[in-house]
Amino acid sequence: MARKVRVLIAKPGLDGHDRGAKVVANALKDAGMEIIYTGLHQTPEMIAESAVQEDVDIVGLSILSGAHMTMFPRIMELMKEKGAEHILIFGGGIIPAEDMDKLEEIGVARIFGPGTDTGDIVTFIRERFPEE
Amino acid sequence: MDRKKYEDRKKRYFDTLSGCGCQDIEYTTVSGEEVKELYTPDDIEGFDYNEELGFPGQYPYTRGVYPNMYRGRFWTQRQFAGFGTPKDTNGRYHYLLDHGQMGLSVDFDMPTIMGYDSDHKRSEGEVGRCGVAIDSLKDMELLFDGIDPGAITTSMTINAPASIMLAFYLCAGEKKGTAFEKMGGTIQNDILKEYIAQKSWIFPPEESIRIITDILAFCTDHVPRWNTISISGYHIREAGSTAIQELAFTLADGFAYVEAGIAAGLDVDKFAPRLSFFFNAHLDFFEEIVKYRVARRIWAKRMRQQYGAKDPKSLLLRFHTQTAGCSLTAQQPENNIVRTAFQGMSAVLGGTQSLHTNSMDEVLALPSEKAVRIALRTQQLIAYETGVINTIDPLAGSYFIEAKTTEMEEAAEEYFHKIDELGGVVKAIDRGFFQREIQKSAYEYQKAVEAGRKVIVGVNRFRLENEEIDIPLLRIDEEVEREQKKAVQDVREARDNDKVSRELERLRAAAEGTENLMPVIIDCARCYCTEGEITDTLKGVFGEYIEPLFI
Repeated sequence: MARKVRVLIAKPGLDGHDRGAKVVANALKDAGMEIIYTGLHQTPEMIAESAVQEDVDIVGLSILSGAHMTMFPRIMELMKEKGAEHILIFGGGIIPAEDMDKLEEIGVARIFGPGTDTGDIVTFIRERFPEE
Repeated sequence: MDRKKYEDRKKRYFDTLSGCGCQDIEYTTVSGEEVKELYTPDDIEGFDYNEELGFPGQYPYTRGVYPNMYRGRFWTQRQFAGFGTPKDTNGRYHYLLDHGQMGLSVDFDMPTIMGYDSDHKRSEGEVGRCGVAIDSLKDMELLFDGIDPGAITTSMTINAPASIMLAFYLCAGEKKGTAFEKMGGTIQNDILKEYIAQKSWIFPPEESIRIITDILAFCTDHVPRWNTISISGYHIREAGSTAIQELAFTLADGFAYVEAGIAAGLDVDKFAPRLSFFFNAHLDFFEEIVKYRVARRIWAKRMRQQYGAKDPKSLLLRFHTQTAGCSLTAQQPENNIVRTAFQGMSAVLGGTQSLHTNSMDEVLALPSEKAVRIALRTQQLIAYETGVINTIDPLAGSYFIEAKTTEMEEAAEEYFHKIDELGGVVKAIDRGFFQREIQKSAYEYQKAVEAGRKVIVGVNRFRLENEEIDIPLLRIDEEVEREQKKAVQDVREARDNDKVSRELERLRAAAEGTENLMPVIIDCARCYCTEGEITDTLKGVFGEYIEPLFI
């Protein structure tokens, strides 16, 4: 049997806005992916650990508190330390365009802003992980 | 009315209508509720004016809580603001007051909301980002520098640590010579909706409710002008609920607080007059107006019939409104000014007591000065130019509005029944009932948008290709975090640390016992204990909440 794509949906930082994370999680699940949701208020360490433990292909980070320029780079660093650079990282939330560019420069595959169609996220993942 | 003539004309109308074309549009509210093409006297058959509406300022208050409404005074124009250091935000407060704003509203940063000091590890990257950082009484003094706490009212959007921020505010006022009983304002202090929707919690429900009833008791005796809980539907709606869910879950939370107060031995007529509400003003104009009217009616009925309230003030559902942040679009952000204007007007037609209109750029960042001025001007336009304030509750008696008001009341009652069956609000939270209901609605809405059944101008229709956002955004300097970290460390060095230890020890003992915590927290505030120290002490006794996980 083909292995389903495994996605960790994670909420770094202190904000509790989980609407987007959960909508995306549901959309990916409906698209046939396997979803693990971390819950709120995760530290970068907790997220990197979960990603490795759960042996996921992808991590989706959702943040709306404005702390993305601290959280995302730290998570990227930890993934590297854990030898888990192969895991694809994408994100979403209230993130200004210039920060999006900076995050993509440090290796975040894509930042999806407000108003994104979940179909675009599914396509983005399928292009990188075609169904086996 | 000539009944025969009416029936004839009605038949003729519907016969003609069935021959007319109809656009291929889904005629439902933003919450997915069906709306008919026409409402007629048939839809409000048996409608009893005295029972359902009454006059403004009369039971059941459907037409408004005051007899004179906006002829007496306008709603309070209260823009929520906070960013960076207390000094940064103080500047914004002076700016808003100078432009005619009538009351202040404090937006705290995430570490403050979650009970962490600015130099805590978990605060990294978050200090002053989505609100102002407040660590101790010292910061509160800076935040209100040059502002007289006896002359304005202040609303503080704070929940889990509400007791601490209230203590800081009262002590800051006290230092300026304003007595507790002279200070007016609001703390949100609505922890139930945190578990349900906004999810900024610290302690478990039972312990949180104990803190809340302590605040109710303390303020009743010592801070009588304070609104002790702002029972909030706003965040429930932002999390994706429908209008009916917002209404029903919020009122259910309200009943739970009333029950907790009564169970703690308080007289309902002593604390209920200081409970207030906070609703969302979403996109569907009439659905929102209906929601506010029905909220007043249900609250008045329940307070009288179920909780035995006798003071008419206990029956009044007074509310603040904020326009829907979740309805704003990052695409063509200037359109948000228009959305917000319609939403603000629905709140006014629904009889709100105070209003925050969102700035067009809030979907991108915290609002810039110009954006926030336009938002404030929007309220001034509604008040002074549109004429909607000339008469009270102008939509009363509309077949459509009254039929929908009754319908929404019935739908809310069904939810109350379900919540009762689950064993009440706290049990329903434990079982994830509200969370699932909201999540389901949010996902349904997203699917409706993606299928094009719901149109969002500039997002799934009428888009600009290669749109560049060209409005200026407020950026928070990284210096803020360093400055604020140093500030809290300076406070710890300058104070009497023996006294701090003694007060924190007293707090621990009080938390273990049954003594009212407020006076002890106030003593902690007076000797400059930090928010994090007070929270940690309470965590040591109360523990922390762990959310039920599901998608």
